[in-house]
Amino acid sequence: MLTIKNLHAEVDGKKILKGINLEIRKGEMHAIMGPNGSGKSSLSSVLAGRENYTVTEGEVIFEGKNLLDLSPEDRAREGLFLAFQYPVEIPGVSNLHFLKTALNEIRTYHNLPPLESKEFLKLTKEKQQLVDFNANLMNRSLNEGFSGGEKKRNEVFQLAMLDPKLAILDETDSGLDIDALRIVAAGVNKLRNADKAFMVITHYQRLLEYIVPDFVHVLYNGQIVKTGTKELALELEEKGYDWLKEEVHQKESV
Amino acid sequence: MRNSNEIIDDIANREYEFGFTTDIEMEMAPVGLNEDTIRFISAKKEEPEWMLEWRLRGFQAFKKMQFPKWQHFEMPELDLQKLSYYAAPKKKKQLNSLDEVDPELLATFEKLGIPINEQKALAGVAVDVVFDSVSVATTFKEKLNELGIIFCSFGEAVRTHPELVKKYLGTVVPHSDNIFAALNAAVFSDGSFVYIPKGVRCPMELSTYFRINAENTGQFERTLIIADDNSYVSYLEGCTAPRRDENQLHAAVVELIALEQAEIKYSTVQNWYPGDKDGNGGIYNFVTKRGICKGKSSKISWTQVETGSAITWKYPSVILQGDDAEGEFYSVAVTRNKQIADTGTKIYHLGRNTRSRIISKGISAGNSDNTYRGLVQVGPRAANARNFTQCDSLLIGDRCGAHTFPYIESRNSTATVEHEATTSKIGEDQIFYLNQRGIETEKAVALIVNGYAQEVLNQLPMEFAVEARKLLSITLEGSVG
Repeated sequence: MLTIKNLHAEVDGKKILKGINLEIRKGEMHAIMGPNGSGKSSLSSVLAGRENYTVTEGEVIFEGKNLLDLSPEDRAREGLFLAFQYPVEIPGVSNLHFLKTALNEIRTYHNLPPLESKEFLKLTKEKQQLVDFNANLMNRSLNEGFSGGEKKRNEVFQLAMLDPKLAILDETDSGLDIDALRIVAAGVNKLRNADKAFMVITHYQRLLEYIVPDFVHVLYNGQIVKTGTKELALELEEKGYDWLKEEVHQKESV
Repeated sequence: MRNSNEIIDDIANREYEFGFTTDIEMEMAPVGLNEDTIRFISAKKEEPEWMLEWRLRGFQAFKKMQFPKWQHFEMPELDLQKLSYYAAPKKKKQLNSLDEVDPELLATFEKLGIPINEQKALAGVAVDVVFDSVSVATTFKEKLNELGIIFCSFGEAVRTHPELVKKYLGTVVPHSDNIFAALNAAVFSDGSFVYIPKGVRCPMELSTYFRINAENTGQFERTLIIADDNSYVSYLEGCTAPRRDENQLHAAVVELIALEQAEIKYSTVQNWYPGDKDGNGGIYNFVTKRGICKGKSSKISWTQVETGSAITWKYPSVILQGDDAEGEFYSVAVTRNKQIADTGTKIYHLGRNTRSRIISKGISAGNSDNTYRGLVQVGPRAANARNFTQCDSLLIGDRCGAHTFPYIESRNSTATVEHEATTSKIGEDQIFYLNQRGIETEKAVALIVNGYAQEVLNQLPMEFAVEARKLLSITLEGSVG
């Protein structure tokens, strides 16, 4: 589904990604871990097409298309979804109106007729129950005055509504208490299926207790320095990142 | 229950329902402004002597006045002696087909969903079809007549209801109020007159769309609306379609009078020609609008969506004379390219327990300048007066300007006056967020701006709000990126 080959990127002339290689197939759950400043969020920004990131080398193939050639909105329409670490507030725009606009833009792109209000509301209700999203928040302005947890849960609700092929969750667990974390994780688990892939970016192993990954990658200094299974996350939890950093530096000095 | 956005969407997809009449025939007054011009106009309109005298008093006042200097923009040079004051100053060039019309104008019509015949009328193309609006208007008129509501052209009111016109004309905006009001008093062409009798709730929105007479009176329009005791009226002015118009100066006057427990809601969508990208041409929209809440517990509410004109310069105001009276001002002003808006309101709290609410949303893009200027004045008798003002500016790009000049004068210690102001920029983060959900940048901006203006747009009657929303989106196309 997604193939990242030797991806290099910089922001304001500073090298952030230094040769990322990653293959994600349908139905897989990949966790990206790593210390602060290792490039985790930058990777998600580059994939989603944030403007101030410049790709200097490498390629990204998403469902057979060259992802880097597409505009951010076309990447979304092709089925790439980013759950933001800091979801923005848009005052005066109701959550539902925003979602209807987004959904119909995506449908139009795929030559599907826009969803009628009735069907849309039906879908909304179904997904809202699926991911246990507070119905009162749907008619409120998009994220305005939402608590940190509510914003994150809204991201998962949107994910459920827009039904992408690949969902990137950028530190969706940050700022969540344990109850909210459980609900968010339960929502994500319900959305897992054989056609959908996930890339979950997180600092902590805690989230991975609830969302069990097929693969864990450790990002350090703009590169994936280790790949393993969920046991790697446990090892990191126990030993921290320092041993990995040392490993990397030893390799470099050889 | 249906969600309001769905209703709006549904209405937005509906066909444009209202037609227009046009009258191409014109007669011209000699160029220049003097007593003879005014006598000529009055004679042409077969006005009674008292009307002529009132015009002449306006002219006397005008001669003694100077253009103001306090505005936050450079006053364009205006030679009032070079204008012609009856009919159009320059006869509109007759076009033979839509092929001769500015393609940009046509593109806008297309996006607004305006039917072809109406497009022609608006663009100044000769039309030989009589639109449906005539029959619509007739049906409306009959209904209004049954209720005793008078809704006609100003000229007609002077002939048929002189006692009402004499009683109220100039009582809110005197003939000597300001130089443009004085000019209007002297040379006003025509306009609308509305009278709602005691205890009558006008069952429909009164719109100039439904008025058969008095087209082509844009330049010096004069509107007088009187709501008698316990009555209600909602009046819509304007049109979302950009009109081709070669009159540069528009100096209209609107007077509203609300008697005891009466309510007047006045909504404007203004989309005059704003000039080209470099600021050439465009309308100067210098309008004096004022209402008086004369009776106890009366209410006047102004809502305006201003997207057009090269310069928009106006302060729809409310005098809260009656005790417990209420005044409101809701405004969205959008400027782009080299447009200028210096707009806001004045609220005079005279009566006890009077309340006012001001919500102003300025949106500036391009090289434009957008100013809010407001006065809240509380008189010594206005015990417990309350005002709330919220004044927000939204900037798109980094070459535009937003300015706020709030004036507060309180002479009563029991009054509460609140002022809140914010300035924000449309963030790249907001746009990227919407992009990431599959929404392209232009639509994203439209969504953000509509959300920002929501509180004001909510005040508009539903169908008008739909058009205003579309208009906001279209106006800002190409402003980002």
